[in-house]
Amino acid sequence: MTPAHTAVAGEFHGKKSTTATPVANGRRTGVQQEAPTPADKQPMYADRVKIYPRRIQGTFRRVKWAALWVLLGLYYIGPWLRWDRGPGAPDQALLIDMAGPRAYFFGIEIWPQEVYYLTGLLIFGAIGLFLATAWFGRVWCGFTCPQTVWTDLFMWVERKIEGDRNARMRLDKGPMTGDKAVKKAATHVAWLLIAFATGGAWILYFGDAPTLVREFFTGQASLSVYGFTALFTGTTYLLAGWAREQVCIYMCPWPRFQAAMFDEHSLIVTYEEWRGEPRGGARKDQSFEDRGHCVDCGMCWQVCPTGVDIRKGQQMACIGCALCVDACNSVMPKFGLPPNLITYDSISNQAARARGEPTRYRFFRPRTIAYMVLLAAVAAVMAFSLATRTRLEVNILHDRSPLFVQLSGGGIRNGYTFKILNMAREEKTYALTTAGIPNAELTVIGVQNDPAPNVELEVRPDDIGSFRVFVTAPRESVPAAANDIEFVLTDTYTGETATNATVFSAPGR
Amino acid sequence: MADKYVDPLTGTETTGHEWDGIRELNNPLPKWWLYVFYATILFSIVWFILFPAWPSLSGYTQGVLGYSSRERLNAELEEVRQSRSFWMDRFEQSSVEDIAKDPELLNFAMAGGRVIFGDNCAPCHGSGGAGAPGYPILADDEWMWGGSLDAIHQTITYGVRNEHADTRYSEMPAFGADEILEPAQIDAVADYVLSISGQGEAAGGDGETVFAENCVACHGEDARGIPEMGAPNLTDGIWLYGGTKDEIVAQVVKPKHGVMPYWIGRLSDAEIKQAAIYVHSLGGGE
Repeated sequence: MTPAHTAVAGEFHGKKSTTATPVANGRRTGVQQEAPTPADKQPMYADRVKIYPRRIQGTFRRVKWAALWVLLGLYYIGPWLRWDRGPGAPDQALLIDMAGPRAYFFGIEIWPQEVYYLTGLLIFGAIGLFLATAWFGRVWCGFTCPQTVWTDLFMWVERKIEGDRNARMRLDKGPMTGDKAVKKAATHVAWLLIAFATGGAWILYFGDAPTLVREFFTGQASLSVYGFTALFTGTTYLLAGWAREQVCIYMCPWPRFQAAMFDEHSLIVTYEEWRGEPRGGARKDQSFEDRGHCVDCGMCWQVCPTGVDIRKGQQMACIGCALCVDACNSVMPKFGLPPNLITYDSISNQAARARGEPTRYRFFRPRTIAYMVLLAAVAAVMAFSLATRTRLEVNILHDRSPLFVQLSGGGIRNGYTFKILNMAREEKTYALTTAGIPNAELTVIGVQNDPAPNVELEVRPDDIGSFRVFVTAPRESVPAAANDIEFVLTDTYTGETATNATVFSAPGR
Repeated sequence: MADKYVDPLTGTETTGHEWDGIRELNNPLPKWWLYVFYATILFSIVWFILFPAWPSLSGYTQGVLGYSSRERLNAELEEVRQSRSFWMDRFEQSSVEDIAKDPELLNFAMAGGRVIFGDNCAPCHGSGGAGAPGYPILADDEWMWGGSLDAIHQTITYGVRNEHADTRYSEMPAFGADEILEPAQIDAVADYVLSISGQGEAAGGDGETVFAENCVACHGEDARGIPEMGAPNLTDGIWLYGGTKDEIVAQVVKPKHGVMPYWIGRLSDAEIKQAAIYVHSLGGGE
């Protein structure tokens, strides 16, 4: 064993002194007396306090359930939707075919080089998120974020098996009994099953769903299918089962800057302090003269999935799910008090109520109008580009060695690698010709041996045709070292034309 | 230094070492760190036993597994050969003409031919067959020994003017150095050659006569060259050793003769076929 030695400055002793007793020489003694003992050491991080959200019923809870079932439904049904694309093409409506390689979204087919549509989609999503936040606060976090949805589902399972808040707290505090072991095991098994269904469904978006499911359970699927299913199962179990609010508070970047999307008209979950304070316990039929309406029942923070006490004001950990609104509204009537002490409303309305003025919700504000315009612009650009995009793409690569060849007849010839991407589902015949150089003639290896002004090229459906194209031009047609030339490709059936400019090299003068 | 002293600030025991009143805290390495360290030592010992490790004066320890990177390379090369054998077999059984007609074989030939060309041919003929002074351009349409698939295949197999018995062979007489022609005749014939290749008028004199008497045997009556003789076409603008009058005169006086190695024996039959098809596809194949 080789212990490491860490030298630190201890107390100053006399030069030759070996005594362990500190020398009381004024300055140092002071330090000695204030020095913390190991028992005083402060931990750097606070331990996680486990949260036991209480069950609650109410308007927002119903909305949350609805969102949960709709979103989970979409997620699980998504891969099973069919979309007929004709023979030889996958008939799955939503499919990211890695081997293909291309992505299918109903009638839209995206090739890898068109991946900028994904960028457009992400921009669209981001602006949509900003707009929703400007209108309704953290409605994304509270109702539709996958972390929220799956955590909610996991909590529901937990509650079904282990009971509500108090029962769960008792269970966790109590000793390990057979009953506790069974309940805990059942919870985790249920969680893992849901996580597996989640991870498994994710894989289905990357292959033909019925085939994949059959292969998966007969052991014929590829290692990557099993690997990714395991990965997504594990992360779902970990994030929704264990990490929960910690994802929102520590891992997610969105809470950190979503406040910038708010203004005083955004609907957010807040506590009406002017009305609630001073708070205190209350009996039934008690007079609420000279005191606030908050009866300090604690329901608002007990139902909170992130353990927030909203009465302390807006805070990062609040995901805006409004369950505390439901909780408070379930208590207020018992005391004959008006609802919405905790309210899902804008700051300006809250202030208006405090002043006794009428409230109104401003849907159109400079901020939301700007977001809407941006959103519409992105959507329009995307739609336009999707509607007008060509299913024919051409790549031309000019030979670099040799740049040109002088032929025995005196002509100059350039070689090109000409690639035609036929993204359509039928075989195409294209007529290729050139423009810009008089009397240029074409030969194509394996297709046309004798030079001619035109050549017909056939490309199989959904494929890339690669051709070695030689262009021969008379010496006098190409006076410069680099001459402009255009390849004009015409679909002989539809008449669709693609023109691509490139260069024709010659000796020059 | 047997003094046991606990530092009151940190509550850590010291090692007993002290310099000018500075005591050294005893903070041992974390256990996991040490165990990882021991594991690496153990791992290295096992490695020394299993694999070649220690150099000696006349070699090195072999290791009990008998591992050898050379053998592994050979095995991997053998695997590659095996995986290609399906195509290579078909290659060997097919003529270059047949290969060129089969799209699948053609594809394979083009891919392999490109690599073979880059490794073996490009140093002289340039990448893409661009050629260099003295080394023919393979991308144009003039072929001294013929540009058909078979002719190219033959040229690659046996080369030009090398020591192989079946090599292509021809030599142009040194008309000047061996005093077959007078300098004036050489000057005249050079002018004539320039004129028939479209570069100026013949300066008169007996250039045409000299050509007819001395050159047509190889270069042909119309000076368009005879591939069987390896004699180039003199009527076009393509010149192996340069097309100025000085360069033409120099070639008549004491001709340079390029040499190309034979590839039979160095490349497999299939590889030569691949190279031939690739060269043919460079643009000039007849």
